[in-house]
Order: sequence, then C-alpha cells, then structure tokens
Amino acid sequence: MSGLGIGASLPRLEDDRFLTGCAQYCADIFLPGMLHAAFVRSPHAHARILRVTKPASFEPCVFCAPDLQGVGRIRSTATLPGFKPSDWPVLAGQKVRHVGEPIAMALGSCAAEAEDIAGQVEVEFEELRPVVSMWDALAGGAPLVHDDWGDNVLVELKLEGGDLAAAKAAAAHVVERSFRMNRQHPLTLEGRACVANFDGRLDELVVYVSHQLPVPVQIGLAQVLGISQRRLRVVAPDVGASFGLKSYVESETVCVAWAAAHLRKPVRWIQDRYESLVCDANCRDYHCKVTAYADADGRVLGMECDVIVDSGAYSPWPWPAGIEGGLAIGNMQGCYDIRAFRGRAVNVVSNKPAGQPFRGVARPLSCCGHEVLMDAVADAVGIDPLEVRLRNLVKPAQMPYASITKKMLDSGDYPAALRRAAALVDLPAIRNRQRQVEPDGRLIGLGFACFYEQTAYGTGPFGYSAWGIELVPGMEPAVARLTGDGELILEVGSHSHGQGHETVFAQVAHEILGIDPHKVSVRFGDTSSSPAGTGTYTSRSMVTTGGAVAEACRALKAPIAKIGAHLLQCKDTEVQVREGRVVGPRGTIELSAIGRAWYHHPEELPDGMDPTGLTATAGHKAHDPGVFSYSAHAAVVAVDPETGGVDILDYAIVADCGKRVNPLLVEGQIVGGFSNGLGNALYEESTYDSLGQPTATTLADYAAPTAPAMPDLKLEFIETPSPFAIFGIKGIGENGAIGPPAAIANAVNDALRPLRAAIFETPITARRVRAAILAARSGPRS
Amino acid sequence: MKPAPLTYTRASSLDHAVAILASAPADARVIAGGQSLGPLLNLRLASPTQLIDISHIEELRRSSVEGLELTLGPCVTHAQIEDGEVPDVTRGLMRHVAHGIAYRAVRNRGTIGGSLAHADPAADWVATLWTLGASLKLRGRGGERTLKVDDFVKGPLSTGIEPGEIVSSIRVPRLSPAARWGHAKFARKPGDFAESMAIVVIDRDRQFCKAILARRADPPILLRQTVKGLATRTSDGAMTEAIDTDLDALKISPEDVGLHRAIIRRALRGATQ
Repeated sequence: MSGLGIGASLPRLEDDRFLTGCAQYCADIFLPGMLHAAFVRSPHAHARILRVTKPASFEPCVFCAPDLQGVGRIRSTATLPGFKPSDWPVLAGQKVRHVGEPIAMALGSCAAEAEDIAGQVEVEFEELRPVVSMWDALAGGAPLVHDDWGDNVLVELKLEGGDLAAAKAAAAHVVERSFRMNRQHPLTLEGRACVANFDGRLDELVVYVSHQLPVPVQIGLAQVLGISQRRLRVVAPDVGASFGLKSYVESETVCVAWAAAHLRKPVRWIQDRYESLVCDANCRDYHCKVTAYADADGRVLGMECDVIVDSGAYSPWPWPAGIEGGLAIGNMQGCYDIRAFRGRAVNVVSNKPAGQPFRGVARPLSCCGHEVLMDAVADAVGIDPLEVRLRNLVKPAQMPYASITKKMLDSGDYPAALRRAAALVDLPAIRNRQRQVEPDGRLIGLGFACFYEQTAYGTGPFGYSAWGIELVPGMEPAVARLTGDGELILEVGSHSHGQGHETVFAQVAHEILGIDPHKVSVRFGDTSSSPAGTGTYTSRSMVTTGGAVAEACRALKAPIAKIGAHLLQCKDTEVQVREGRVVGPRGTIELSAIGRAWYHHPEELPDGMDPTGLTATAGHKAHDPGVFSYSAHAAVVAVDPETGGVDILDYAIVADCGKRVNPLLVEGQIVGGFSNGLGNALYEESTYDSLGQPTATTLADYAAPTAPAMPDLKLEFIETPSPFAIFGIKGIGENGAIGPPAAIANAVNDALRPLRAAIFETPITARRVRAAILAARSGPRS
Repeated sequence: MKPAPLTYTRASSLDHAVAILASAPADARVIAGGQSLGPLLNLRLASPTQLIDISHIEELRRSSVEGLELTLGPCVTHAQIEDGEVPDVTRGLMRHVAHGIAYRAVRNRGTIGGSLAHADPAADWVATLWTLGASLKLRGRGGERTLKVDDFVKGPLSTGIEPGEIVSSIRVPRLSPAARWGHAKFARKPGDFAESMAIVVIDRDRQFCKAILARRADPPILLRQTVKGLATRTSDGAMTEAIDTDLDALKISPEDVGLHRAIIRRALRGATQ
C-alpha cells in the first residue's frame, strides 16, 4: 500500500465542487428559451376521470393523455408465476390510482407561471372507494385498483427448503412474532428533476435527469416514447442522493421528454418537496409473521414466515414490485444455521404511490423478522439474547455456507463480530445498570441485530434472472484511456450520487498503475460516452465497476510497457509499470513520455504496436450469488415511560466488508446508512387517512432524523477478503440501513420488559410506546 | 412550489409600513423573518397579493429595559435572545426557550413578533410570553393599542390583529429576584415543534403565578387548577389531582394525558425544587 491505493483513507476527490457550489444538478441547467413544466395531479386516491377541461386562454400550453401521441404505457414485467404487470399510464386518462398521480402537464415560461396555468385546469371525477391499506386490499369485496385483475394481488411467492415437519416435531419451544414496518419516503436531499432538449444537429433527444441508472433509463424511456435508443441521449449530472428512489422510469420525465421532442423546445421540471412527499414512489410498507421451532437449548430447527408487502398502485420499470416480497422471505433466515424453512410473500396493490426499492430493500424487514424472533427464543429458553445468537449463527468453519434459502455466505466470522459489538457497548455493565433504578425514571434496554448483506449479485439463477424482469444485470464495463500528457480518464457505467466513485475508482487505478489519483478523471452518467453498465444498486459498484476498472487498467499496462521498453531500449519483459512510470533495468520513463509518443510521435513507437493504443476496455462479471458482507449491531437505549421518548445512548457496529478500498468512505456509507435506518426505526412514516389522503405532506409532518438526532457510532471492522471478488471487496452500501430497526426495536422491548410491554412496529414513535405501555397496564400480554 | 403572483414592498420605517398597509389590499401580509410565512406562500396555503417586508426597519429590532419592563422590537430574532444580545428580565427563561426553538438556521431569521403574529399553537413564544404575563402593542392608522398575549391569541393561527395593524413592540414584565420558573418540552425529534410543552412561572413577590400547557394542534391552555394548587402550596397528591382535573377538561386520549401530565410535572419540578 502506498497511501493512495486500495486501503487508503483518501479524502474524496470530488468534494471540492460540492463544497464550493460548483456541482451541477438538473436545476443548474439553463437552456435558452426553456419552458417549465408543472403537473395537474389527482386530489383523489381512487377515481374515474370524467372530463378534463383546459383553460381557454392557455389551451396550447396544457397536455393531457390523448395529446401524448405515440407514447406508450410503463409496463414492468416479470416471469414469476402468476405475476400481474400493471399498465402505468404516463398521464392518467381514465382512472387515477393515488393522490398526486399526474393527469395533465402545463408549460409556462417559469415554474410559477406553469403552476398558475396548471391551477386553471378543471378535472371532473367520479370518486371510487379506495384501497388504503394492505388489509383493505386483501379484504373480501375490496374495490379493484386494476379493474381487469380480479383481485389486488400482484404476485404471491413461496420459498421452501428442508424438513419443516421434522423441525416442528422436534421443537421444545415454538415462538411467534408479528412485525409491521410502515410506509416511508426515500427522502433525497435533491428531489426528482429533468431537463429535455431536442438536438437538431444530431437528430437526438437529450434528457438530463436526476437518476442513478442512466443507461437503463435510456432503454426504458426509448421504449415508452417509441423512439430508437440511438436517438435518445440520457445524462445524469450531479445527483443529490437517490437511495433507490431515482431508479425507475418516471411519468414526469416521459412527459417532459415528449414535450421537448414535440415542441422542439427545451423543457424542464424541478420537483418540489411537497410533490416529492405526495407523489414519489414510496418504500417499505411490510407486515410479517414469523415462527421459530427451537430445541430446549434454543437452537432453531425450523422457521416459517408470512410476509405481506403493500406495493402501491403500480410496478416501477425495471424493478417490478414483486421483488420486495421475494427479497423479504429470501433473506428471512438471516445469518443463522437453520435447516428447515417455509416462507410465503403476498404483494398487494393499493391506492398509494408505487412501491420502490429503497436502501436495504426489504432486508430491514427480514432483519426485524429474524432478530425479533431470536429475542423471543432467548426469552422462551431463558438465556441472554447474545447467547441465543451465538448458538445459532453460522460458524467460520462452515464457510462458504450454502443456506437452505439458497444464499452463499462466503467468508468471515459472524460470532466474532457479535461478541465484539457486545463488548463495545459493555454488555455486562448494561445488564448491571438495568438492575438499578435510573434517577430520571427512564428504562435502559439493549438490543442486537446480526445480518448479512448480499451485495453485487449477478445474472444467474441465484441473482436477477430468477425474477425474469425487464432488465437483468450482466457485465459491468470500464474504459481506461491514457491521455497525451500521461494522465488517465476512466469511463464507467455506474453513476455516483454520493458514493465517492471518483475517488475509489482512481484509487483502484493507482493500485494497478501507480498513477497519482489526483491525475485520474472518472467519467460517468452520459449514455453518449459512458460504457453501457447497468448502474449503481445492490451495493455493487465497488465490486463490479471497481473490478472492471482494475481489469481495464491491467489491460492498459501492456501497451504502456511495450512503448516504455522500446523507449528505454530494453525488452518488454524487463520493464514494470509502477509508481506512475515505466521502470526498466537502466532507467525510468514517465507516463507523459508514453502519452507523447503515442499521440504526437507515432514514428517513435515500436514495430508491431497494437493500433488500439492507449485505450483499454474491460469488464467484470459478478459472482452469481454475489458477495456477502455482514455486521453485528448493538443498540443501547433509554426509554422514558412517561413520554414514550426513545434516546439512543450507545450504538456499536462491527462490520466485515472484506478489503476496504477507502476506510473513510466505508465509514461514511455506514454512518449515512445508519441515518436511514434510524429514521426507519424511530421517526419516518408516510401516513394516509381513511380516504387515502396523504397526511405527511411537508417536512413539518414527515419526521426525518436530522444531525442532532444522530448518535456517535462506535464502528469497528473485521477484514475477511471475499474469495469471489477482485481485491476481496464486499459491498457495504446498505449495511448501515438494514440493522437499526431490528437492533433498536429489540433494545426498546428489552427496556420495556419490566412493564411487560412490547412494540413490534416501526417507526417506534413516542405515541406508540405510550400506547404499548398503556395496553400492557390494562391487561397482561398473552 | 412557487408563491402565487404578489407585489413585494419593503418598508423603511414603522410609520411607512403602517401607511403601506393602510392602502394595501385586505389580504396583504406583513413578513419579517419568513420562517413560517415563507413555506405557507410556497405551498400556496397563503396567497396574499401584497407582502410588506418589515425586516429592514431598524427601530423594530431594538430592545430596552424601562423600569420593570423589557420592551422588545418585533423583529428581534430568536438567535439574539438565545445569545443574550437583549437584556434578560426573566431570570434566563427566555434565553432557555430561545435555545430550544427549531434549529439555529431558523433562529437566525425567525423573529419574536413574527412568531406571535403567526400564532402556531405549538410555537414557543406564544406559550412563554403568555406565562410571563407579557403584552404587545399593535400600531395601526388610528394609533396604538395594547393587548395581553392571552387576549391576543384567539385560536390556531388566529390572533386579535385587526386589519391595518402591525405588532410594534412586545412588553415583558421583570421577574422578581426570587421568582422561579420551570420549562419542559417534548418533541418527536430534536428541533421539532413540541408535542407537549409546559411552562410554569412562580413570582410570589409580585403575587404572580402561572402555568401553561402548549400542544401541537390546539392553542395553549391555562392550567387553572394547577395554578390554584401552586398558590396554596398544596401536597404532591393533591397537585397530581389538580393536573388531572386540568387535563380531563381537554377530552384527549389516555396516551396524550400521560404525556402532558409528565411534562407538566417536570415543569413544576423545575419551578419548585
């Protein structure tokens, strides 16, 4: 390690532009003559549209469903048996299926004027009974969200393995828990946004969009717009976070792109916070019932679970809503050695915005399922929650461990991570403190969460092709190009929207070529120049794109060495490319001289030089079941039994993401993920009334954690390189978001134990805690 | 969202502001720090045709102590109070309250007069100034009149400001050296509006005793039985009964009663122990 390559805590190279206001987001793009879009949106959760009347004085500025000639519907499919694809209209023409669904687009010379015009569009509705909750969706005689479906079930999935009947027969303890994780918003700092312009010279529609998947969205947009992909260029400029939100084909973007092509004028739409909270795809909204069959020592012999996912009105493209239920049951076993399993997941539709994968994707629920269950087993057997986990965790000697639910835990020491997390919060001291009475009357609780994170999974049957979805990830490419002055440009297909790719990929290049990371530009996010990677999701970029960058840099070594050896007058085999130069037996030569030879003086090049020159393209194919990072979280909370307030007193995370390319950025990923997890656990909830009206429509109502709510985390790492990834890297992007709901829920319930109260629902608001305490007082829990 | 079209006028003095307001349309609104009105404009929940900006008027940012009273200009910010830039006549209560208002960015711009005029039920200043027995002056074309804060707040976001009037100053009586106060606040998260806030002031030398409860949706209430209990130095058990009698009148859920009872007791402890 040279202090700049793999393993170096290099401060982020991209931060200058973000910290000095020089970043370029969609809202920073101004094109001459640009029009601004505003949308007329449904005020009802479920209604038939009887008539749309455009304001007479602004008729040419307003566009409704019939105006969008040639535009198709957004249809996200999957080959899962019984899967029902939804026809998502870009503008609703016949029926609206959630509050905020767009019905018409108004264009004005500024955003305010567009809003004024939109406000004058009149829409007549026939209101229909809405399907508000997952229970409404499944009730007999429920209204139908999609009239031709026959019911409100999007897909039902099953997963089984091992001999559950034998496990049941052998069980000394049977414990069951139900857990509800309420609906949330992904809440990015920058909302959704797009700017579209038709480039007459290239006969090309250019769409700037705040998005994490520029290449897939190019494919999806072209499909819906009915144009060739070569005539559509998608640019994702700087993006102020995404977390999964900006990973689908959005109706607003389709409308804006269509208008720019149709009118031959630039059009832009910059979403505001109200629109974001009301209309964006939402996330979470799960219920699960879990049962463990354990022997007398607390070894779990078998597990059963039933999951319901409320997927909202539509399936986003390319990630259809059924994925959530599949992932929830697929990961419910967690990192425990359980040899019999039965899981069932029902995905239902409702009159709320579409459900969309969000950092952690269903796994925060799975984690709550297996971790709440572990505490229940500990309770039944009469042992500490730490002990029950140590008895059930997969052991290092079992690695790589093939689970009954088709996961391949690749490496590491899960019990060691848990023991260390318990030590970091000083488990014995906490247990001792719990025996005393706190001077302020608060109750102390400790909770654990152990889990793996399946990252960077690939194409095959253990990865994405099992779903049969619209877009299955395959190879991830990268291009490395040495410039005439001996510096490096890396072109990659995965977008960075906070991850720090511009730093870590430069560190990979440094590791291979020895080039100074400050002399490396990392380019991405423009389909006209980026190689066709599928993007950033499932904590995959460091493994897949990082792997591709390593391969491309390795490939670039050959021509560099050949030219260097020729200029140093020695054999190819006698030189090494390192420290950013070519080193031979009798001298060295700088990369700038190599670049100069290729670009300026080809007459100086050796004979037989590959004319491709100083550009190398390479790719990386992900290991099919992915690589598995893991961690143990330990939370210590104080619960105020009078107010119901929960304070985090201490929080430790011990994680293993294999080789850490940049420990500083790994820490950032975990701390940032934790803030998502903390919101999930204690604060964030998208609430709806009985008519399906959203009731958390501004940040005054929607409670998201801010800096003062964040505890100082105790973070430690175990580095077990993955046998299945270049440099032994395992993804880590979602880890911080997965554990907190489970660890904090267990801690709160541990604190409430003396009151015989418990709460199995997130967010664990103060009001819910007070209600749980009152319920326990009015009658003993069964 | 963007505000609906409006005319923006910057007033250079209080007289100027009153004059503009007198000739302005009936829906005109006065804006100072804009921390509450700003979002309402953007959400188009308020669509005045004219905004009169008083935040640049020097005389409205001044504060002074005369005799037994602190006079605060309405454009004094929460941050100025938090930082001790204005004289303290409340034995630290106002500084303490100012420190707990939202976030520093809000406190830097938000003003005490704006907070009163907006009259959000959970706003810190409405309850605090009521508990302190403060009054405010309203200036209109016809001159100036004085209102007690308790008479000023009519309901959620509703005040006794008449058309053409501007809050011109706030008067806070000086607490005696032996006066005690207690303050307790519970919010969903740090910086949020209070779900429950109780303030108690006991100033026996001035024969003044007040206890107020503020909540998220309804205007603050005076805790009459609690105050009676305080005045007669009643026992702990009787005090709890007094609090419960005050809360019974609210007709709220048992979870909420439990929260408010705890917050009131904490404020009482602060003022008596």
